[in-house]
Amino acid sequence: MKRRTALSATALAATLAMTALPVWAQDTIKVGVLHSLSGTMAISETVLKDTVLMTIDEINAKGGVLGKKLEAVTVDPASNWPLFAEKAKQLISQDKVAVVFGCWTSVSRKSVLPVFEQTNSLLFYPVQYEGEELSKNVFYTGAAPNQQAIPAVEYLMSKDGGSAKRWVLLGTDYVYPRTTNKILRAFLKSKGVADADIMEEYTPFGHSDYQTIIAKIKKFSGEGKKTAVVSTINGDSNVPFYKELGNQGLKATDVPVVAFSVGEEELRGVDTKPLVGHLAAWNYFQSIKAPANDDFQKKWAAYAKAKGIAGHKDKPLTNDPMEATYIGIHMWKQAVEKAKSTDTDKVIAAMAGQTYKAPSGITSKMDEKNHHLHKSVFIGEIKADGQFNVVWKTPGPVKAQPWSPFIAENKGKKDEPEKK
Amino acid sequence: MRLKDLHRPASPLGNFWGGVALALLAAWVLVCTATPAHALTQAQVRAIVEGESDARLAALQAGVATGDPALPPFLQAVLDDAVKVGPNQVIVVRDSAAVDAATGQPVASAEGFDDVVNNNRLRRELGIALAGLKLMSNQRGEREKALATLRDEVDESRLGLIDRALAREDDPALKQQLQSLRARVLVAASDPGLRLQAAQALGQNGDRATQALLTERLAQETDANVKAALAQSLKAVGGKLAWGERLAVIFSGLSLGSILLLAALGLAITYGLMGVINMAHGELIMVGAYATYLVQNVFRQWLPGAFDAYLVVAIPVSFLAAALVGAAMERLIVRRLYGRPLETLLATFGISLVLMQLVRSLFGAQNVQVENPSWMSGGWAAMPNLLLPWNRLALMAFVGLVLVGMTLLINKTRLGLFVRGVTQNRRMASCVGIHTGRVDTYAFALGSGLAGLAGCALSQVGNVGPDLGQSYIVDSFMVVVLGGVGQLAGTVWAAMGLGVLNKFLEGWTGAVLAKVAVLVVIVVFIQKRPQGLFALKGRSAEA
Repeated sequence: MKRRTALSATALAATLAMTALPVWAQDTIKVGVLHSLSGTMAISETVLKDTVLMTIDEINAKGGVLGKKLEAVTVDPASNWPLFAEKAKQLISQDKVAVVFGCWTSVSRKSVLPVFEQTNSLLFYPVQYEGEELSKNVFYTGAAPNQQAIPAVEYLMSKDGGSAKRWVLLGTDYVYPRTTNKILRAFLKSKGVADADIMEEYTPFGHSDYQTIIAKIKKFSGEGKKTAVVSTINGDSNVPFYKELGNQGLKATDVPVVAFSVGEEELRGVDTKPLVGHLAAWNYFQSIKAPANDDFQKKWAAYAKAKGIAGHKDKPLTNDPMEATYIGIHMWKQAVEKAKSTDTDKVIAAMAGQTYKAPSGITSKMDEKNHHLHKSVFIGEIKADGQFNVVWKTPGPVKAQPWSPFIAENKGKKDEPEKK
Repeated sequence: MRLKDLHRPASPLGNFWGGVALALLAAWVLVCTATPAHALTQAQVRAIVEGESDARLAALQAGVATGDPALPPFLQAVLDDAVKVGPNQVIVVRDSAAVDAATGQPVASAEGFDDVVNNNRLRRELGIALAGLKLMSNQRGEREKALATLRDEVDESRLGLIDRALAREDDPALKQQLQSLRARVLVAASDPGLRLQAAQALGQNGDRATQALLTERLAQETDANVKAALAQSLKAVGGKLAWGERLAVIFSGLSLGSILLLAALGLAITYGLMGVINMAHGELIMVGAYATYLVQNVFRQWLPGAFDAYLVVAIPVSFLAAALVGAAMERLIVRRLYGRPLETLLATFGISLVLMQLVRSLFGAQNVQVENPSWMSGGWAAMPNLLLPWNRLALMAFVGLVLVGMTLLINKTRLGLFVRGVTQNRRMASCVGIHTGRVDTYAFALGSGLAGLAGCALSQVGNVGPDLGQSYIVDSFMVVVLGGVGQLAGTVWAAMGLGVLNKFLEGWTGAVLAKVAVLVVIVVFIQKRPQGLFALKGRSAEA
């Protein structure tokens, strides 16, 4: 008896869903949000989900896209890389989303890539990464290595950066830090740094005991000329890392640490007073003075307050991947309007050369060919209040090089996706 | 002295004399701050805070050369990020009161002024310049701080300054530091005789900066005698540093060990003594950590003045919170499954999932921030290259206290006697009139409470999130099994041993491989000795 009721209930629900779906689909365009809301990456990714939702609200308030409202479908892949692929599949084939905004770690992007390529769907990836990838189904709105890692290292080599001669490449053990460090090693060698002057160290995801690493850095820096640390540590490990760094008294004037995955959000709750002067390289900082940035921050603060987002409702923070997410959605909207369709191939064609007035103060342009944004590079030093002082920036936007010229095998690779 | 004398009548009285005293004090402060400030010019201060780094540094050097007494407070303000620049004025903003940087005149509003941006190089040079000026200070503390700043900055141009300071210095300890500073400069001098002397003198130091300096000089040195002296000094310095390094590895090992021990202590009771395979142990740790987080929030909200003391309250609260959850678990579920280890395992695993989801629903899936009290920041420099962070020292002391408390409780109190009696022979204990059911609940609650304490302590060194327990449950079981089930002493040895082994391997192979290697070592060990480090002997071994 019980079983039969359950069965008929499911059947009823299924029929309802079947009949209801087409009606809905005409009114809205579905947009997938694929960010970890739990696990080790939640510290970084949760705000990106909120940024997508905010931007969708903003677009809907202005009438939506092609006269239709956007409807977000949020899933939680829980910092679990295979789960990313599963959830992506679910978004595309079950929820029939027109586009997906998501992923932070490169390992999650690599995990979903086959799904997007097989189903010919669109992914907007908002985080700086190691390059070495160019898929026709992905738009990379974060930085490639030449838009973040290499300028940062060049800065540390300069007089103002402290003329570093010895390097510690420290990262979490996965594809992004490994590849970035491979590129950096080749770059440093091209600048005449010997192998003995480079130390490479990796820790597992979620590592929380940085005593040995800090001791090693101290030892390494005592063995020769001026040392700098390049950190590609990702996720919540950054909190214990910076805590230990502060407690061990490793000052930025002695051994500066430049980070590529640490922004305003990751430093929340860390006592930043001992960390003053350590650096981060990004394409956006909250402290940048630009009208578009004021506007962006105002919107975010209002949204966070209205939705009661934990932490942000009292102390709203913005960061680079949030900005990249924001630009990505707006560019997608413009492209859909240009193509007058959400069809993947038409949108891809319309994306080429799109521009948007970015909160970082520049007009960001989607490259005509290589699916990456042209971005300005900023280097900031941590201030006592957890914000960043911009101490260096490129004169203008830099074109991305997804295939780094510092990796020999990349010679002759085309600066555009293979498949068309 | 004068300040003190004036203060004493002023504060309690608040009458006529108090007013006069206050006026005098204000006048004195004004005289002190205002008079010298006139000596700086607008152009001068602007050149120091605006423009390219090189130009700013040149302006700084020029300013230092004049020996202007108004310069140090201004430089301090630049370093403190208290200086702002406007189109026609440079101002200093302190405690929301703005004054002109050159004249000291009050400025109505800091609206429209931009922050001065200093990079590391500028901050460093400002610090050095300030330290150089403070080297002539009349206060010993200031001079000592200045020396500490100057220690790593070797440059021949500062020789004159050091010599002048050396001539004035009468404190023997500081004099020696100055001598050592002088040696650092002279080791790069052009006269080989001076270099030789300096190279020999530097061998007495035992810090990283000296090591780096000597290594660098050794590579550049051409004179054979000096080279030999440098090599010898380098060896001496290296020898001293090696001790610091060895001790640092041991300390970090013990620190990791104490974390493992704290996480495992509760399990040593629930699993070790009572035999309950408690898969929810990690989540009890998490409950303790979240209790600490709540106490922290309460203090921040209502008692911000006593924030540094929140841990004192958080310790008993986290114990009680976890103990209550544990007692409820025992009463409602675990009790019905005694003697059925597989079902207990499944049931407690289920409870762990429930607890995790509960916390996710209540506090969100993201990590929550537990701030260290300010006294836990920084560390104690035991040796020049061995800095022991306060939070880790506090954690180790806390583990020691918990361990002593628990040993006393189990071995000296009536409850402890009951627990031991019931776990060793339940039926006999019941025969002599012990309420075994109640003792079980107490023991389980005690074990859970210890997990709560672990959560409170772990919130000070790591992240607090719903998954917190997951990362400790494996380690906890590892420690208890390795130590020998039912053996407190074994748990202690196993935790400390694993900690030191892990840190030793980490220094050698890196963190990723060290984790693998430790697990392999444990697997091999358990194969050879399934009963763990310490095995129960005698009749109770079969129970």
